[in-house]
Amino acid sequence: MPELLSYLTMGLYFGGTLLFLLYLWHRSDVISKISLVTTGLGFISHTSGLIMAMVSMGHVPIMTFKDAMSFFAWGLVLVFLVVAMKRGLEVLGAFILPLAFLSLVSATLAPQSADTLAPVFQTVWVHVTLSILGTIGFAVAFVAGLMYVMQERLLKSKQFNVLSFKLPPLDFLDSLNQRSILFGFPLLTLGILTGAVSAQLTIGSYLSWNSEQIWALITWFFYFAVLMGRVTAGWRAKKAAYLTIVGFAGVILTFVGILIKSPQPMSPL
Amino acid sequence: MNIIVLGLNHRTASVELRELLAIQDSRMGEALGRLMAYSGIKEAMYLGTCNRVEVYAVVEKGEWGFRQLEDFLVSTHFSLSTEDLLPHLYRYSDDEAIAHLFRVSASLDSMVVGEPQVLGQVKEAYDLALTHRSSGVILNKVVKKAISVGKSVRTNTRIGEYAVSVSYAAVELAKKVFSNLKQRVVLLVGAGEMGKLAAQHLVNQGVKEVLITNRNHHRAFMLAERFHGQAVPYEQLRSTLPKVDIVICATGAPHYVITKDDIEMAVYHRMNRPMFLIDITVPRNIDPAVKDVDNAYVFDIDDLKAHVGHNQEERLKEAETAEHMVKEEVGSMVAWVRGLEATPTIVALRKKAEEIKQGELEKVFGRLGELSSKERSAIEGLASAIVNKLLHGPVVTLKSEAQSQNGFAFIEAARRFFELREREIHSGEIPLLEDETGDGVREERLPQKDGV
Repeated sequence: MPELLSYLTMGLYFGGTLLFLLYLWHRSDVISKISLVTTGLGFISHTSGLIMAMVSMGHVPIMTFKDAMSFFAWGLVLVFLVVAMKRGLEVLGAFILPLAFLSLVSATLAPQSADTLAPVFQTVWVHVTLSILGTIGFAVAFVAGLMYVMQERLLKSKQFNVLSFKLPPLDFLDSLNQRSILFGFPLLTLGILTGAVSAQLTIGSYLSWNSEQIWALITWFFYFAVLMGRVTAGWRAKKAAYLTIVGFAGVILTFVGILIKSPQPMSPL
Repeated sequence: MNIIVLGLNHRTASVELRELLAIQDSRMGEALGRLMAYSGIKEAMYLGTCNRVEVYAVVEKGEWGFRQLEDFLVSTHFSLSTEDLLPHLYRYSDDEAIAHLFRVSASLDSMVVGEPQVLGQVKEAYDLALTHRSSGVILNKVVKKAISVGKSVRTNTRIGEYAVSVSYAAVELAKKVFSNLKQRVVLLVGAGEMGKLAAQHLVNQGVKEVLITNRNHHRAFMLAERFHGQAVPYEQLRSTLPKVDIVICATGAPHYVITKDDIEMAVYHRMNRPMFLIDITVPRNIDPAVKDVDNAYVFDIDDLKAHVGHNQEERLKEAETAEHMVKEEVGSMVAWVRGLEATPTIVALRKKAEEIKQGELEKVFGRLGELSSKERSAIEGLASAIVNKLLHGPVVTLKSEAQSQNGFAFIEAARRFFELREREIHSGEIPLLEDETGDGVREERLPQKDGV
């Protein structure tokens, strides 16, 4: 049953991805409605899967790489659905859904770890959850940055097509970018702190300088610089968009790093 | 009874002629009073916009009505003669008049199809007619419907979504950079016509502040008054730039007024907050190299025209959909107007009563079982007597009041009381309100606010 649900979810997200990409190039509101419904169904099936896993495990399933990725995708879709409902920003789906779908795919492709990391200490559990939530913030910032760059290029090249019509205004995208980082950064900070505490509790050292930790710290400094740069050096608008795209590439590298280095269950950051 | 419209618009007459026929709101009372003084005119509305002058009227006889409206228009301005005016006028009556009004308020008859102003202008014209008591049951219903058709076309098609004119395109483009224009500061450089128009459109969007600068400070001052803005000395143009989000340049100077350096400095001081610049003049006043400055978006007149042109095609497609919507609504409106005849209303009323009577009789016979023919006819007689006596009053009143000033109100009321729908009345296929001989005596008209 959980298997079936996970395939159903993946199928629906894939459908949503295709539909939203189609919506990007067509002036039809019907497509966006269908895509929203498809995504909503996918989200329901995803949530049911998570709840079933939660019931059988007794906690939120985030302790394997696969589960963590699935939880990440779930959070992303949730954020999208909320924004789409509240602000009517269906176009966001064309960027977030592919990301959610790819996360699920990468989760299934990842080597299946035999067992979960026993959450001996609550801190591990908290560490992983916070890190994933922080990453969702950065993912949304990345999507906002991507949309910003696209809209910016269209405006500069004076192409007034369907795409430029659908993409939100630049200042909105810039503020979405900023708000997402402001959401993700404190969570990442807390995630790293709780990670250090768990490391201290499990292996007796706060920092063991493995690649995952180094990347996490680099990511932290990077986003810290992005936030500070906005206030002090005017790193906003186009610059902020490019920086968050680069920053998220770093986040993805961290993921890949975790995946390659340790087939053991690990936190994503 | 006929609904007629006589008028001229941007296709049939020059702007000079249209201007002569324009009537100020403050003098509308007098003008409508003059209209209503014609003996055959029962209801009237004057619609004047910069692209059209039209008089809508409900008249006893179409032919007469047109002549009276012509007379009214000619006498609007002393320098006009019938010969000047006649070749430019168009006339529609009944179905066509209703369809015309619907198309006008749906912005399908506008110079720029889909422009948003005309709907408001129809509303204003209607309000004036209401205030001066020149509209009655028929115009109330027809004009209100026209307004709702206009609204529904606006919400259900994308006809109004596209930029309407070059200056409007400027606003559309600004909205691609700034989601909320209400917090934005606009700087208007120069006093060119197009620049003023674009500024006006931005002010209509409710920008936070308008700054105006001009080589001639007095002119800047005058414009500032008009836009409730602030005049800035021309020498301070450069130092003002960092403060503004949107720049509209229309000076008519033969050289660049704003250079790439100016904008680079401005964006630097703004800490990379985006700037939106519009150059409406030919030759250009903003160095085109500004486009290479990050976070500065500059558009010249050709870009704006391209934007408008691109939308034009889309708009035409949407216009087709809108035409269909209008057509459907015209059908039901015409049916309603037809129903305002006394005879079909009475026929429908009798038919309805007869149906109810028959239905009830069948029920009661079913329940009573075997009855002698005498008993049956007694019951039938009773039912008929009740129906006829109940209907007697309304029918007599309808017949007698149909000819009076408030006849339509009585008929409309009867239709509502007895729940007679247009289709039932219309089923007789009676030609549209051929001739209603009124007595020509004008009584005081009631303001028919809700169509009754």
